[in-house]
Amino acid sequence: MQKQIPLWQSVTLGFLGLASFLGLWHGLAISNLVPSVFLPSPLEVYDRFTTLLERRFAGATLPGHLAASFQRFAYGFLLAAVIGIPLGLLMGWYQILDEIVSPLFDALRFIAPIAWVPFAALWFGTGIGGPIMIIFAGAFPPCVINAYRGAKFVDPRLIEAANMLGTPSHRVIREILLPSSVPSIISGLRVSAGLGWQSLVGAELIVASAGVGYMMVQGQANVSTTTVMAGMVAIGLVGLALDSALRLAERIIQRRRGLDN
Amino acid sequence: MGVIEFKNVNKVFGPRATGFRALDDINLEIRDKEFVAIVGPSGCGKTTCLRMVAGFEDATDGVVSVGGTPIKRPGPDRAVVFQQFALFPWKSVYDNIDLGLRNLNVSRADREARIDAILDLMNLKQYAKHFPHQLSGGMQQRVAIARAYVLDPDVLLMDEPFGALDAQTRVVMQEELVRLARKNPRTVLFITHAVEEAVYLADRVAIMTRAPGRIKEVLDVATIRNAENWDSYDKIEDVMDLESFVHLRTHIWRSLREEKAAQHA
Repeated sequence: MQKQIPLWQSVTLGFLGLASFLGLWHGLAISNLVPSVFLPSPLEVYDRFTTLLERRFAGATLPGHLAASFQRFAYGFLLAAVIGIPLGLLMGWYQILDEIVSPLFDALRFIAPIAWVPFAALWFGTGIGGPIMIIFAGAFPPCVINAYRGAKFVDPRLIEAANMLGTPSHRVIREILLPSSVPSIISGLRVSAGLGWQSLVGAELIVASAGVGYMMVQGQANVSTTTVMAGMVAIGLVGLALDSALRLAERIIQRRRGLDN
Repeated sequence: MGVIEFKNVNKVFGPRATGFRALDDINLEIRDKEFVAIVGPSGCGKTTCLRMVAGFEDATDGVVSVGGTPIKRPGPDRAVVFQQFALFPWKSVYDNIDLGLRNLNVSRADREARIDAILDLMNLKQYAKHFPHQLSGGMQQRVAIARAYVLDPDVLLMDEPFGALDAQTRVVMQEELVRLARKNPRTVLFITHAVEEAVYLADRVAIMTRAPGRIKEVLDVATIRNAENWDSYDKIEDVMDLESFVHLRTHIWRSLREEKAAQHA
């Protein structure tokens, strides 16, 4: 068995990694090997970041852009969860549905969300509909796949117990498959949130008139590379926060189910 | 009502010609409210017999019926108690027992009354709100028995229900099951590889052999039990010391051992 690394050590190591990365970046930026517009230094990016927190750029402050992005993300992600999880569970329970949907789904999920951009814009516009569709395209597959796996890997003895108690299908799905799949569904939601957030920004580079992605495009147009990088940092931080929140939710749910002590 | 019948039952896992012959020409009739135990070595197909009555497996040839109706699918008229309990981990004790009654569309008031009564009977009252993982193995199996019994099934199917319990808990559960079965008799099919358990609990004991699974002998215990009045003893060890008990136990042991010897020869 692998030895557990103590918390203080893993935190220190994490900081060490981050610090060396920033050091390397800074060194390269001030070395004059590359023009500063090609590679702004971390300090310049930090400056730009704090400025953007208060000053409007491309119609809004950075928090304003983030709020616009996050709203789109939330809609797309929720839509993916609300449709994907029941679909996955149903596919896990009804063989026929599985046979009908699986081949189609397996082909569609390899199409990168960004590939939907032209159609998203045509069908749902560049306001809120288009971006939501693109986030949906990114977030949907993990929701379906993990709910499906969760339903497929339910302890068969529990299914037998439910059957001998005369449990109708709708009740088996809601009261046996769903709770049993919770760990798998939650980890699916984590992947789904990550992919959704990634595709959102991609989508905003092309459609949308507000949002972090849009801000970055405007930064590029104004040759403000620091703005682009500040956007990248913001995306990374929000993604990290999102993942941590879902990780926490995962732990709380596990604990409540008594699977963790 | 609760008559279980195996008529010329064969079971082959896999293709008929080349698959594994699990059961060979099983014929057995279990009368209404009779307690029958099947004993045999592991892999003899005794659990397969139970699973066919439950509706989890179908017979390759022959018919398995309950109350004259051939079995097609699982149902609450044939409640099962599993060796590994198979309680729903995310449901409380109360909700585990409640599910079957809800499926039968019993009214809320009726459900509450029936669950209260069974919790009382199984000494589970103070655990109604607990979750399975908070209970010991013995307690969990009580819940599983309560979940089956509360449905008032025609037939109760018990698949090595005490096999996962420690020896002390096992004895307590055996005594409780006798108490329960006398108070509220059901047709019971009980699978075990513990010979004493079979003799102590059952009216008749069917001895099975392995590869292919056959019923070698069916032994009447009830006649001797009633003649010697075993039920007047509270404790299992007092019954197990009786000459009549020892005689039956030895007979079954011999029968099983002959089988082993024959296989090794």
